[in-house]
Amino acid sequence: MSNAYLVKPLAEAGGQSRPPLPNQAALAREERREHASMLLLLAPALVMVAVLLILPLCWLTFQSVQSEEGFTLANYLRIFNEPIYWDTFALTFKISFLVTVLSIIMGFPIAYAASRLHGFWANLVLICVILPFWTSVLVRSYAWLVLLQRRGLVNQTLIDMGIIDQPLNLMHNTTGTVIGTLHVMLPFMVLPLYAVMKKIPQDLLQASESLGARPFYTFRRVFLPMAAPGIMAGSILVFVICLGFFITPELLGGGRTILVSMLVQRNVELYHAWGAASAVGLILLLVVFMIFWGVNRFIPIERILGAR
Amino acid sequence: MNIFTGNAVSGITLAMLASIASHAFAEDITFVSQGGAYQEAQTKAILEPAAKKLGLTLKQDSSPKAYPIIKTQVQSGKVTWDVVDLPTGDCIRGVEEGLFEKLDLALIPNAAQLPAELKDDYSVGYISYSTVLAYRTDAFDEDSAPKTWADFWDTKKYPGQRSLRNLPRPTLEIALLADGVPADKLYPMDVERAFRKLEEIKPEIATWWTSGGQSAQLISDGEVDMIQAWNGRISAVQEAGAPVAFDYNQGILETNSLCVLKGTPHKEAAMKFVNEAIDAKLQAALPMIIDYGPLNPEAFKNGVIPDERAAKLPSSPQNMSRQALLSAKWWASEEGVKAEERWLSFVQKK
Repeated sequence: MSNAYLVKPLAEAGGQSRPPLPNQAALAREERREHASMLLLLAPALVMVAVLLILPLCWLTFQSVQSEEGFTLANYLRIFNEPIYWDTFALTFKISFLVTVLSIIMGFPIAYAASRLHGFWANLVLICVILPFWTSVLVRSYAWLVLLQRRGLVNQTLIDMGIIDQPLNLMHNTTGTVIGTLHVMLPFMVLPLYAVMKKIPQDLLQASESLGARPFYTFRRVFLPMAAPGIMAGSILVFVICLGFFITPELLGGGRTILVSMLVQRNVELYHAWGAASAVGLILLLVVFMIFWGVNRFIPIERILGAR
Repeated sequence: MNIFTGNAVSGITLAMLASIASHAFAEDITFVSQGGAYQEAQTKAILEPAAKKLGLTLKQDSSPKAYPIIKTQVQSGKVTWDVVDLPTGDCIRGVEEGLFEKLDLALIPNAAQLPAELKDDYSVGYISYSTVLAYRTDAFDEDSAPKTWADFWDTKKYPGQRSLRNLPRPTLEIALLADGVPADKLYPMDVERAFRKLEEIKPEIATWWTSGGQSAQLISDGEVDMIQAWNGRISAVQEAGAPVAFDYNQGILETNSLCVLKGTPHKEAAMKFVNEAIDAKLQAALPMIIDYGPLNPEAFKNGVIPDERAAKLPSSPQNMSRQALLSAKWWASEEGVKAEERWLSFVQKK
């Protein structure tokens, strides 16, 4: 990134008594120029983050404490006083957690298979994961509706096979929400896992086995610790996206599975003011920050994201 | 040569004068509605004929959520919309916020044809739709079908999956009707009693729908056997061939009204336009294109709407009397807003 490592040893080698080397000034100038050019390259990204993220966030914060009469904390007091907000936050976290755990259980074998297979077969597995990723969430939610409803494919098949007499309640509840959301979230788990697993050298596993370790022991002591950053990266992605999910729970939740995002939308409609909705959004953002902060204390985020 | 140029010049001058004149006299009027098939139908049946008759140049805009835009226009003093078609509740709220002009009844003689409950000093009823009880005809035959909201609540006599709207409006009215409150005694609403009645049916509700499209899908796929839904949605499902039936008995009638924006530069033209828009003849043309009921009762008396069509419309005299009229005024009141706030926790709690 910078050539500071060139300057430092030179300066140290020069010591305090000796005069600075003639090229030191030139090196420092070079370094400054490089910093400036880096900043220039970063500028578009910085401007975008500032204009599209930081500024709107400031605007949200301002609106959430603003009413027609001036400064107010009413929007926040409402969140802390009314149980509906607590219940909604609790349900949102419960569903997000459930989806994250299930996506690990389902995503791990898929990522493992894709990382250990070669050529055509590895591609086939990955395409199966990515293909739904390119389909609109709305379309996929409606597809689940067709599958899970009372006279849907799943219930009809089970009844025809004589396994059940009465159709199961597979949707219009938390079950439907979790199934639909899990389907949307799976690629977010599989792709980071795959990237990490692909980097685990086969030699290490072979070494472990040649030293007499049983397959499960090798998996537990060698493979799993090396795949852990992938699990963390996938989990964080899935969990955070779940927290703000809207379409799938709206369509498959039967109206009683109310998540935070739906509360935001409802607040806009109910109070005809952005402030009430802004406050809910900001609290959710704060909670997400706190989660990241907590996770970061155990495993540095840089490592999770693969940068060491 | 001279004669020719002279003629040509005066010809051009005349043409210019004529165009200036027509501009000066054809005043603009901007009408705003909710867009889609609904606005298209209005354009054909009402808006274009009305503008033509008045010699106005009709401009249109559409917004499903026009209210905040109206507020911004009036408060900033840059009013570009003239006449708006809004849910009546929005008209009432707008009056409190000073967004609308008082109607000049001298310019709107047609308003006299509407009953008092369908108009006030600032708005006049335009069209109507109804929330009805619809059921699957493959689950119930006509004699044993649920016909009242009390039947909807009777899960022993009428078994099957049910769905209600995920909003208190007009679900609370429905609960009260189910509890035996007469249609003309719904307001001021006993919210406590309505929620108590809803608690009874809550475990039996398969799903609480949020969008009109969803309600249509639920009943047309047979996901539920009976449902609270808008008449237009059910008619569409019936036309698509689904075995579904409904009746206007105990329907909840809701209306849209017309208002004129405060500070419009075309105030007089706007008032005249409102008068034409509620003209019985033009109003009668609308339900021939789309399933909304004209609110001017005279529209059913001029022979434009055939009897079998009138029987299917929410505002025809024979159906009007069997329904309850939703009080937009009550819902705009503080109690109404409180009832809306309470809804979400009601639905979410087990």
